[in-house]
Amino acid sequence: MGDSTSDKTSRYFGSDGSTPPTRRRFLDYLLGSSALATLGAIVYPIFRFMSPPQVIESTESSVIAAKVAEIPVNSGKIFKFGNKPGILIRTASGEFKAFSAVCTHLECIVQYRGDTKQIWCACHNGQYNLNGKNIGGPPPRPLEEFKVNTRGDDVVVTKA
Amino acid sequence: MNIAALTAWLDERLSISTLAAMAQKKEVPVHRHSIWYYFGGMTLFLFTVQVVTGILLLLYYRPSAENAFESVQFIITEVKFGWLIRSIHSWSANLMVATLFVHMFSVFFLRAYYPPREITWVSGVLLLFIVICFGFSGYLLPWNKLAFFATKVGTEIAGVIPIIGRPMLRFLRGGDDVTGATLTRFFGFHVAVLPATATVLIGIHVLMVQLHGMSVPPDLIDKPVKKMKFVPNFLLRDLIGWILAIGVLAALAALFPWELGEKADAFAPAPAGIKPEWYFLFMFQTLKYLPAKIWIIDGEVVGIMAFNLVALLLFIVPFVDRSPQNKRRRLVFNLVGVVALLFIVVMTIVGYVT
Amino acid sequence: MCTHREMKALRDVTSSVRCAIMAFLTLLLVFTLASAQKKSSCIECHARLDDSKLSAPAKLFDNDIHRARGLSCNDCHGGDPNSDTKEGAKDPSKGFLGKPKTVDIPAYCGKCHSDANLMKRFNPSLRVDQEREYYSSVHGKLLRGGETKVATCISCHSVHGIRAISDPLSSVYASNVAETCATCHASADYMRSFGIPSDQYTKYKTSVHAAALYEKQDLSAPTCNDCHGNHGATPPGIASVANVCGQCHARQAELFQTSPHKAAFDQKQLGECITCHNNHAIAKPTDHWLGINPGSLCINCHKPGDKGFVAAGSMRSQIDDLIASIGKSNDILDQAERAGMEVSRPKFEMKEATDALTHARVLIHTSVTAEVDKVTAPGLAAAAKGYQAGLGALSERRFRREGLAVSLVFILFLAGLVYLKVRDIERRQKQAAIADEG
Repeated sequence: MGDSTSDKTSRYFGSDGSTPPTRRRFLDYLLGSSALATLGAIVYPIFRFMSPPQVIESTESSVIAAKVAEIPVNSGKIFKFGNKPGILIRTASGEFKAFSAVCTHLECIVQYRGDTKQIWCACHNGQYNLNGKNIGGPPPRPLEEFKVNTRGDDVVVTKA
Repeated sequence: MNIAALTAWLDERLSISTLAAMAQKKEVPVHRHSIWYYFGGMTLFLFTVQVVTGILLLLYYRPSAENAFESVQFIITEVKFGWLIRSIHSWSANLMVATLFVHMFSVFFLRAYYPPREITWVSGVLLLFIVICFGFSGYLLPWNKLAFFATKVGTEIAGVIPIIGRPMLRFLRGGDDVTGATLTRFFGFHVAVLPATATVLIGIHVLMVQLHGMSVPPDLIDKPVKKMKFVPNFLLRDLIGWILAIGVLAALAALFPWELGEKADAFAPAPAGIKPEWYFLFMFQTLKYLPAKIWIIDGEVVGIMAFNLVALLLFIVPFVDRSPQNKRRRLVFNLVGVVALLFIVVMTIVGYVT
Repeated sequence: MCTHREMKALRDVTSSVRCAIMAFLTLLLVFTLASAQKKSSCIECHARLDDSKLSAPAKLFDNDIHRARGLSCNDCHGGDPNSDTKEGAKDPSKGFLGKPKTVDIPAYCGKCHSDANLMKRFNPSLRVDQEREYYSSVHGKLLRGGETKVATCISCHSVHGIRAISDPLSSVYASNVAETCATCHASADYMRSFGIPSDQYTKYKTSVHAAALYEKQDLSAPTCNDCHGNHGATPPGIASVANVCGQCHARQAELFQTSPHKAAFDQKQLGECITCHNNHAIAKPTDHWLGINPGSLCINCHKPGDKGFVAAGSMRSQIDDLIASIGKSNDILDQAERAGMEVSRPKFEMKEATDALTHARVLIHTSVTAEVDKVTAPGLAAAAKGYQAGLGALSERRFRREGLAVSLVFILFLAGLVYLKVRDIERRQKQAAIADEG
């Protein structure tokens, strides 16, 4: 910046060192407008930051797993709970239950079977009952159960 | 309604013209060490950046163990310019600590603490500790693995201090272990307690500087020194620095975005090679080199008490070295200062290289 | 003459001493009762013998589960445990049976273990049909025919030091079963006379099941008895192999049963499952087994042009496509991550695609391309989504750098202008100062 500045200054300042009023006004004008522009460039991201994004909140300890209407009785659905999969089940009696969908044997994803009314793991035929308890096959531990509440149309799942 | 009428109206009520006159009178000495005068203002500017970006982050951050990590992830992925605000906040914190150290050492070597500036120095040392607490508490807030363990180790070290260590550890952690309670507590310190304290101290610090004016190095005392006006000369120069600082922060945020890492897991083992932030590294490294036992006391305890002692000694500097005439004392203090600076630099480098 | 107080004190002391004596005697009685094993002259004598073959039973019996249940030598061998002479103890009129002949061992143990009313007293949930099941096994059938070189109860369960099957030191604990079977079945000499191979144990140890059982300590992993049965030990018939594997691998078995391979294999007398997967040396399957390239298993039967050949080729290419797509997406997401972008969510969502791949690899057991397509199609969609996310992250990064470049130009420009302003002001100040002095 050194050389170009002294070039600039020798243009701005006359031989006696004084700045012609017009050039000074120009400098002031330039300074003012670029200061304003920079301020705008700082304020613009701040305002965009403050305006709510598309997805309005970080979903974590509670997740809207599904809409009540989209889960028929005696069926299950896999949903995302944080960075792990969960399974939402509507039992034959209409009650909602939710569990971690990660099988405790070798971490395959389990599914709900409407015919046996149990949670089944297709990998090695592991079976869990509707309390998450491991009742058949290789799984050594029960599935972690989550809390389910309905809030209007939404089925909300929270960590127990 | 024109500018003149507005100014007159405000002046009648706020005595602006008196303040303006005072400001006009303020002058800054010009000599070959004048460059160091900019670092105090730069630290203040970066602090302001922290306050602004911090308040913006507050709009989306959630201070609980279940939500903190995800809320930061949300900020940097979903919120518009969230990545920019967050990275600037993290980078500016580090730059502020750096400029604060430069400011402190330059004040030390240029003896800007000589009477009547003792209160300025003491409030400055307090601000040093406040800023370190800011750094330590803020670091935990994203609740990632690195921060979790850094906090665990850091509070563990505090707990080693005899007698008060254990209660202090429990106070810091909000319990015996690092948990969600620790996070909430650190959040409270970081956004309420520390900012309030810092504001008061900064107020005192800056007020003192206005009252006493800018100091000159000992060799130039009672000698004629060129002066420049604070308003507008020095201030505009300050402004250039601040504008460039904004550029540096933007570049750091875009080119070296601050990492998020993985969510903290209390049951997982510590990741290999955890290190604290760079401004703690020299202490961390020193502790590693101390033998297991010194006389009958644990080496670690000796190290920590030594650092605490140095911290206390920092306070009394202007009360011990208080006369420009005492050249020998000045020499001793210069030596001590150089040794301290070298120690910090060397240990920090060693900490990074090993 | 004692005072009233002294009398009371004396009575107190006496009564405390009496209490102490009673307590001691009670304890002694309890202790004696507790440790009371009925007298067993058999053990007393045999434990002292020099011949280790004769003293071993007495020594081993300490760890035996029958002893823990209060039984002793005479409960199996008969005789009189109270008699201290050899003749008295081993008196046939007292029911002494001596050492049973090999062919009589099942009945010997079955004396109790096949008696439901008796076993009820010890463990009501224990089965009582082991003896009957045994005679349905190859071992049992051979034994009936007079062959004594076969396994009987004591070959697997050991004798005199029999532990419960849940005891990790038991010879029939899950992780010890294979070694127990191998004592005979891994010996080439021993098996020669029966004309059966002796490499099953070695092969099994190379299998994924052995790895799960021995390395991962997964007790649900199969060992010899899970496929062959224990008391009724018999290799499964060719047409029932899928049922056996299907105990755990239910999905694959189910799909196989409905596939064209079922009828073909049964007709050609080919073992289900094991034709491709082997029976003992069950290794982790690789995608190379499927398809029409040299080294694949399908071309062992299928010739170019037949339906199976076509299906094998197309199923393999579906899977290959999905693998390639997943690889491409993971690469770009890794690249974005290395460049500093936050892509943990898209990376997580790639799981959908890898899950689809796992499903596809299972569905090939239908041998029907359309079935495999049902899972590979959504898998490809998920992988494509991940790829788009990766592209998005990289372009966002580019946008930030471009934005930075533009902002820096403006920032530097502004800083330059401020600098010029400062120069201008100072020049004016200097002029004013000169004007003042002059």
